[in-house]
Amino acid sequence: MNTIRALTGVVIKELYRRKDFYVLFVLTAVITVAAGSMRFFQDPNIVRYMKDLCMLLIWVSALLITIATAARQIPAERESRTIFPLLAKPVTRGQVILGKFFGCWLASGIVLVVFYVFFAIVTGSREQYWPVADYFQALVLQWIMLGIVTAMTLLGSIVFAAPSSTVTILFIVVAGILFLGRHLNTVALHNAEPLRGLIYTIYFIIPHLELFDVRERLVNDWGLVSWLDCGLAALYAAAYTGLFLLLTWLAFRRKSLT
Amino acid sequence: MKKPSPGWLLALLLTVCFTLATLFVPRAAWWNGVPRAADWNKSQSQSDNVFKLLLGEGRRLFGIEMFVMADSYFHSGYYPSVFDQQETEKDVAAPAYGKTGDSDSTSDDFLGPPPDWIAALDRQFVPNRHTHLDSGGPLGHMKSSEVQEILPWLKLATDMNPQYIKAYRVGGYWLRRLHKLAEARDFLFEGLHNNPGNIELLFDLGWLYEKDFQDTDRARNVWMAGLRCWGGAQSANDQSNPEAQLAYEETAMNLADLEQDQGNWPQAIKYLEMVKKVSPNPDTVQKQIDEVEKKVTTGK
Repeated sequence: MNTIRALTGVVIKELYRRKDFYVLFVLTAVITVAAGSMRFFQDPNIVRYMKDLCMLLIWVSALLITIATAARQIPAERESRTIFPLLAKPVTRGQVILGKFFGCWLASGIVLVVFYVFFAIVTGSREQYWPVADYFQALVLQWIMLGIVTAMTLLGSIVFAAPSSTVTILFIVVAGILFLGRHLNTVALHNAEPLRGLIYTIYFIIPHLELFDVRERLVNDWGLVSWLDCGLAALYAAAYTGLFLLLTWLAFRRKSLT
Repeated sequence: MKKPSPGWLLALLLTVCFTLATLFVPRAAWWNGVPRAADWNKSQSQSDNVFKLLLGEGRRLFGIEMFVMADSYFHSGYYPSVFDQQETEKDVAAPAYGKTGDSDSTSDDFLGPPPDWIAALDRQFVPNRHTHLDSGGPLGHMKSSEVQEILPWLKLATDMNPQYIKAYRVGGYWLRRLHKLAEARDFLFEGLHNNPGNIELLFDLGWLYEKDFQDTDRARNVWMAGLRCWGGAQSANDQSNPEAQLAYEETAMNLADLEQDQGNWPQAIKYLEMVKKVSPNPDTVQKQIDEVEKKVTTGK
């Protein structure tokens, strides 16, 4: 446990040494504040367009930071050859995977907290309304989703040749799932066999990351999602995260490091 | 590859900020102040240029998308995607065209029953009921003033496509409902600046003057201008447009009512004759004409 905690700490330190987070946060803040400074028809209470824009930027930034951070963990250790002294200590490859995973996941959680605090301050100051529980639920769901993405990216970093290709492929896959995932069953129904069966299979195999996207509810003040449903979604995410971590370990276990 | 230094990154960030500021500041200035008539030409051409510069004539296609966003906000996000059955009539526009309720709306239950457990779970995390912002929104206790949230999208729709008459009319209607009379008038003026002599916009403007500003004389003048423009070359397309025909009919009918109120019977008959020509129920209009003629002969 201490080994995993130590590896996790290293990844978190790496997050605040790198510039990715600062650049994306400043960009998000600048664009949100610029959008918020606009007035439509002399009405200072119009706020949802700004919330919508800010949440979109938070989602894009969090995905970029998470994928970019997770994709370079193991390749960077191999490239700089620090993986050898690491594995020479009583550290197993499984612990390396878990340490890297928890590090990246916690780092993405820290990023989310900063982004959501900014979001709450900007929107709360504009509409004088503070649905803290809604923000907390949205944050937790997004963080759970980022757990799946982190595990997927770690697997990609073992399978693909370079971190750049891992980042590109993972970003396309994640964006594809977020945009099309919930509609694949509808698309399947409009096709004949065997294409219908194939699309349905993909629909049931892919991790439905869009389940954790409550932006529409948050922006349009729909109130809280039932915590029971959140729990079911968390179990669903845990199953996929575990599966991807297991696959990562299986791929990394026999992988040559030279 | 050599890593860029933090100084370079900061310089890049400042450049991005400066570029965004040059883009947003003129627009913010335009939106912050009600434009004076003298400024319309100048400001409109400036805002036109921003979108023209970025998107060219293709920006007009985005006008419809912006209008769809307004309708989506009106439904608090409960809205069919490209994969679902589309709305035939936009609910956000219905009240502006005098339609009440949404019996013909396809967005009531476009989802249908969930086909599988993933879809069933998914629906707990997205907007999942058909509601309207003007009737309480999803939680049922919102003030009707929440409708203001659709306004940015209507403004953007007209910025993208200045010939999008429906967006001006719907925007004008909701601004009136929100008691933003000056803003509604300016928005319709903007529409008329971009679409001179448009009968639908002139009808709405006259209605605004009569019902909200209680300025009957100005309403009459605006409606008369609408009728004069109807015969002009620029309204050739309007005459085949059912919404423009309806606006023409209602303009003539309102003028007939105004003239009857003031006892100008011959003028009232003239306007009723205009209504009769385009009305789907000419017999009913003829009855009205007969009644007015009877009043003329009896001298009442």
